[in-house]
Amino acid sequence: MFDLKDLYQEIIVDHNRSPRNFRKMEDADIKAEGYNPLCGDKLTVYLKLDGDVITDVSFEGEGCAISVASASLMTEELIGKTVEEAEKIFGTFHELVTDRDSPIELDKVGKLGALAGVREFPARVKCATLCWHTLNTALHDQDGKEHATVSTE
Amino acid sequence: MNAVTKLIDTKTAAKWRKDFPILDQTIDGKDLVYLDNAATTQKPACVIETLSRYYSEINANIHRGVHTLSQRATDEYEGTRESVRRFINAGNSSEIIFVRGTTEAINLVANAWGASELKSGDEILITEMEHHSNIVPWQMICEKTGASLKVVPIDDNGDLLIDEYKKLINEKTRLVGVVHVSNALGTVNPVKEIIDIAHAHGALVLIDGAQAVAHMPVDVCDLDCDFYAFSGHKLYGPTGIGVLYGKEALLEKMPPWQGGGDMIRMVTFDRTEYNDLPWKFEAGTPNIADTIGLTSAIEYIEGIGFDAIKAHEDNLLAYAIETLSSVPGFRVIGTAKEKASVLSFVIEGIHPHDLGTILDTEGIAIRTGHHCAMPVMNRFGVPATARASFALYNTAEEVDTLKAGLMKTMEVMGV
Repeated sequence: MFDLKDLYQEIIVDHNRSPRNFRKMEDADIKAEGYNPLCGDKLTVYLKLDGDVITDVSFEGEGCAISVASASLMTEELIGKTVEEAEKIFGTFHELVTDRDSPIELDKVGKLGALAGVREFPARVKCATLCWHTLNTALHDQDGKEHATVSTE
Repeated sequence: MNAVTKLIDTKTAAKWRKDFPILDQTIDGKDLVYLDNAATTQKPACVIETLSRYYSEINANIHRGVHTLSQRATDEYEGTRESVRRFINAGNSSEIIFVRGTTEAINLVANAWGASELKSGDEILITEMEHHSNIVPWQMICEKTGASLKVVPIDDNGDLLIDEYKKLINEKTRLVGVVHVSNALGTVNPVKEIIDIAHAHGALVLIDGAQAVAHMPVDVCDLDCDFYAFSGHKLYGPTGIGVLYGKEALLEKMPPWQGGGDMIRMVTFDRTEYNDLPWKFEAGTPNIADTIGLTSAIEYIEGIGFDAIKAHEDNLLAYAIETLSSVPGFRVIGTAKEKASVLSFVIEGIHPHDLGTILDTEGIAIRTGHHCAMPVMNRFGVPATARASFALYNTAEEVDTLKAGLMKTMEVMGV
């Protein structure tokens, strides 16, 4: 039987209560809004880029513990990474939370591994991935706009 | 044991409970506690047996066969119309239109009545506590016809502001659409008063009865409503079958909504003569099995009686509010004077979705989210709520289990 502690691990609870990089970034190069109509989760992801390198990421918004903790962990993971590296991490993360049979390689996913429990709760996958889809929109679907919206429904 | 608990007849509820085979199961080793009845109710064995009997003994298309099975299927299908007529005390079974559910019933009225009657400058009046199904069809038809949609606000308790309603209704108001019992707040609206006021202004009234019909007797003649819509699946019946009641004179005047078989009397390439009521609104082969299943659900409810059902559910709701109020940070959303069977709540510091997931691991099924009533969530300034909703088979022990689940959630979430 699946242990609930595997979903709401201490690290998730901690990042929900004290989310990291939880702030509006006034001088962001790009930002995107994410919305999950089913849950009412709303968040904005802000990015600062130096060429291809993500020099700063922050977010603000409201949502369940899974979506807030996931966004918080994502910001910690991405600062200093290149856009290409960020995309690769998103791919790995997506597999981690959606593929029940994939191995959990903690050396590859680091702290994001705390969200592996989501794979046992299909209804909550969208909570965990909202911030990543929003990031993806920020990076790719700007079309010269500084503002874009993504929905996970 | 407090006064409220004493009132709950646990023996009778336990007996009713045995009628519902699905309830006798465990989820991850925990007894199922099903408190999501406003989403859909479970089905008694008699309904399940009717569905099985229909497919193993009767199955045939209706209204068009001369063979024995077709006649049997037709008799049972039309028999349900009479059961529904009796259940809501309609004057005539031709006023009972079978549809997929409440949503389709409202869409039928919006399209058949709205498209032919509404014009620019007309107004449709709904309330702030409507389900999306009583908002969106009106928005769509207003866009097509140039009519406009007005909304009666609610107060902080979730009661409709009747004075505001009286101010908003006027000679331009063509129809008032109002929910009988709010699915998100549990508010029981004073529909009779609302209908009287509307009629005094020459407006029609459509009542969304989806959350009402399983919990209280509905008498459409006494209410004098023009349309009443409800779903079978919230009434211990099958999914995919619902009812639109409409006054005969109105239905006669309305054009058909969908064209096809069964809704015609005569077809040539030049013209088509439509069938009589109610078949004019039932194009194509209908959902015969689930319609027949609805009869069993109605007979089941009639066998128990609303006096007993309502007393039990009202006691459960009162007990739940009293019991859960001792949970730190617990706050009820929707504290209207008259409430039925729905308990929407939030717990400070815990998102409803986390609550729902953790309760699920305790075998407790509740609904979390916006309950298809996003304007209600906006009104109360919450993104979502948790909702426990009761049916005749729920018990005080289940409320205690819910409380224990909430306490466990707080422990897991470190609140």
